Amino acid sequence: MTHDSHHTPAGSRRDDATGTHTVGHEWDGIEELDTPLPRWWVTIFVACIVFAIGYVVLYPALPGLNGATPGLLGWTSRGTLAADQRANYASHAKLRAAIAATPVEDLIRNPVLQRAAIEGGSAAFKVNCVQCHGAGAAGGKGYPNLNDDDWLWGGDIGAIWQTLQHGIRYPGDDATRSSQMPAFGKDGILTAAQVQDVVSHVRVISGQEAVSASAQRGAALFAANCAVCHGANGEGNRAVGAPRLTDAIWLYGGDRDNLTETVTYARNGVMPAWSQRLDPVTIKMLAVYVHSRGGGEVTVPPVTPPSP
Amino acid sequence: MNASDPRLPAPVALYAARVPVFPRKIDGWFRRFKWAVMAVCLIVYWGTPWLRWDRGAYAPNQAVLIDVAHRRFYMFAIEIWPHEFYFVAGLLIMAGIGLFLVTSVVGRAWCGYACPQTVWTDLYQHVDRLIDGDRNAQLRLQAAPWGLGKIARRLGKWAIYLAIAFLTGGAWIFYFADAPTLQRQFWTGSADPVAYATVAVLTLTTFVLGGFMREQVCIYMCPWPRIQSAMLDEKSLLVTYKHWRGEPRGSLKSSQRRAESGLPGLGDCIDCLQCVAVCPTGIDIREGPDIGCITCGLCIDACDRAMAQVGRPRGLIDYCTLEDAETGAPGKPDTPLLRTILRPRTLIYFTIWAGIGAGLLFMLGTRSRLTLSVAKDRNPEYVQLSGGAVRDGYTVKVRNMEDRPRPVLLTTSGVPGALIYTDEMDDHAAAPRLALNVPADTTLRLRVYVLGPKGAKPGPEQFRIHALDHDRGDDDARVTFSTPEGDGH
Repeated sequence: MTHDSHHTPAGSRRDDATGTHTVGHEWDGIEELDTPLPRWWVTIFVACIVFAIGYVVLYPALPGLNGATPGLLGWTSRGTLAADQRANYASHAKLRAAIAATPVEDLIRNPVLQRAAIEGGSAAFKVNCVQCHGAGAAGGKGYPNLNDDDWLWGGDIGAIWQTLQHGIRYPGDDATRSSQMPAFGKDGILTAAQVQDVVSHVRVISGQEAVSASAQRGAALFAANCAVCHGANGEGNRAVGAPRLTDAIWLYGGDRDNLTETVTYARNGVMPAWSQRLDPVTIKMLAVYVHSRGGGEVTVPPVTPPSP
Repeated sequence: MNASDPRLPAPVALYAARVPVFPRKIDGWFRRFKWAVMAVCLIVYWGTPWLRWDRGAYAPNQAVLIDVAHRRFYMFAIEIWPHEFYFVAGLLIMAGIGLFLVTSVVGRAWCGYACPQTVWTDLYQHVDRLIDGDRNAQLRLQAAPWGLGKIARRLGKWAIYLAIAFLTGGAWIFYFADAPTLQRQFWTGSADPVAYATVAVLTLTTFVLGGFMREQVCIYMCPWPRIQSAMLDEKSLLVTYKHWRGEPRGSLKSSQRRAESGLPGLGDCIDCLQCVAVCPTGIDIREGPDIGCITCGLCIDACDRAMAQVGRPRGLIDYCTLEDAETGAPGKPDTPLLRTILRPRTLIYFTIWAGIGAGLLFMLGTRSRLTLSVAKDRNPEYVQLSGGAVRDGYTVKVRNMEDRPRPVLLTTSGVPGALIYTDEMDDHAAAPRLALNVPADTTLRLRVYVLGPKGAKPGPEQFRIHALDHDRGDDDARVTFSTPEGDGH
């Protein structure tokens, strides 16, 4: 057997049953055997220490005031993430190129590109859009619900794309969608009583109230002041972003208080022009995603005038 | 004072070097059984990945394949998906209880015959005998000084070790990919780096654990011997030296001398040390139960031969229960084998084991190959549409576990007059039912919108699929339909 020996501790004795000696302590008659470790175990133990030294030299290991020692290999978890991201973008390059080359109207007719754009748009939506439109794109007061079938400026893929690129009433973009509702009450166009009459009329045409004297007075006021944008019957006009007033959907609320506030002070919501912030492919993907949320409309081909 | 004085402590060693074991070649019933088990184990291990099994165009045609990349486990006619992992868990539990059962009946039979460490150690010990000769030649070579001859022999032997280790490590990867393809890729250098790394690691572990560590793995590293000693009881059959028959031990000559001088005779053990010489873990079974004993039975073979040579009955070392060992000394006959095997403990183990097996078989036979799961959108819960209609969104997953595409019809019920469409369609195309084509071996994920007409009430909503092909099959999922009035609760 073997033989790297060192000194024997005081009080040690050889145990008769095992032939091994004890460590030299004794507690109430209980002694501990000093059984030598197997050589292979000691070898692995030493190998682990050698490995650990190599690891400390090669990888970030020892903490300092401004971070750990960098290690000879220069490995960082941030670098690994960056490499993963590069690989991920590279793997999407083909799809992105195809989306860039395809007109947005055709994207929703190509199942592969449509699927890719919905997934990509969903990711971009979570970063850029949820702050106003909400995680489920259901919007809130003043921020349109993108799931429904009510569109201020148009709900076909081209109109959504246009809105995304240039925004609404966004300063600094010449092509931004623009219109301005007058503040009828605040600017003295209508008196407070007249505002109430208009509100009554709007609540009648949206089916929330029965016809009243106030509503009848309001009908005339509506025809004179509101119909130019909202239409004679309150059907709205997407060219100027004037909402339909006859349906069940209200951007700011359809009750008397909210309508009074709307007519008195007007509402002019703003959306950024995303072409100033995002790349064209991402904007296209966002358009396809919003279009896929359930309310997307079929593109109506422009009416070509009959040839003479 | 003298260094060799036994009353004084010996110098403490920092570590204990291995005492090499050179087991002698032996033939006998247990040796032949061990050969047979080794042959079966090696043939199964090396042969299984090369069996083919026709699964058609959409699934791999390898009989046993663990397809980690696609999360599928194929075993002949059975295909397991990740959500059915309880089958694998069940098999592992059966393996565990099977070991309890075997251990309570015949002790560490797993260790002695079927454990990979035992099989490969045995294989490497045969290589030792092939190259260096039997036990005595090996001992001589071990003691011989290093010279050209010894170096050549050692290098030759280690080369064979390495070749076996490489074949062992190399075969492992074929369980995880198409074997013929992977083999081609492996030799042409185009296989995945993971394949080479796996082969390298397993080659190294086989080389070290089988070639050099051997019985030290069983004695120091493996937890199983400790667990097993807790599962043995006084009715378990163990390899036992029948000391009441063998002691006092002594050579034939001394036995004769004692008889001549009128002293009482010796026991049956002639102290020929053959049981020690053949032991693959290098223990002396005559010292009693030992953690180093893997119960391979080779000492029984050796002792039986020795007893036959001196004309004494076989079985001085034999499978024997502790109970029989205690009552055997006064000469009582052993308990009949059937009574040793069939007792409450083993019957309970067997019942649990067989029950789990039957349960797994039942589940395998009745599992559905076409399933539907639906999750309702929680944000928003509903969408109010301008005309007064309400729309809810759902994520629908249709799982087709067959190895062929299947036409499936998706319908919904609960809200009268409701229409459905997906995020890839526009609402003009909404219809009461959707025809889907679910690709082979795939879970199809859809966003489905349910369009409730004006006045739709909240309440339970049920989705249903049924296959339109000749095999049929259907499934349904219950969710809720929400409106501004709530979700029906």
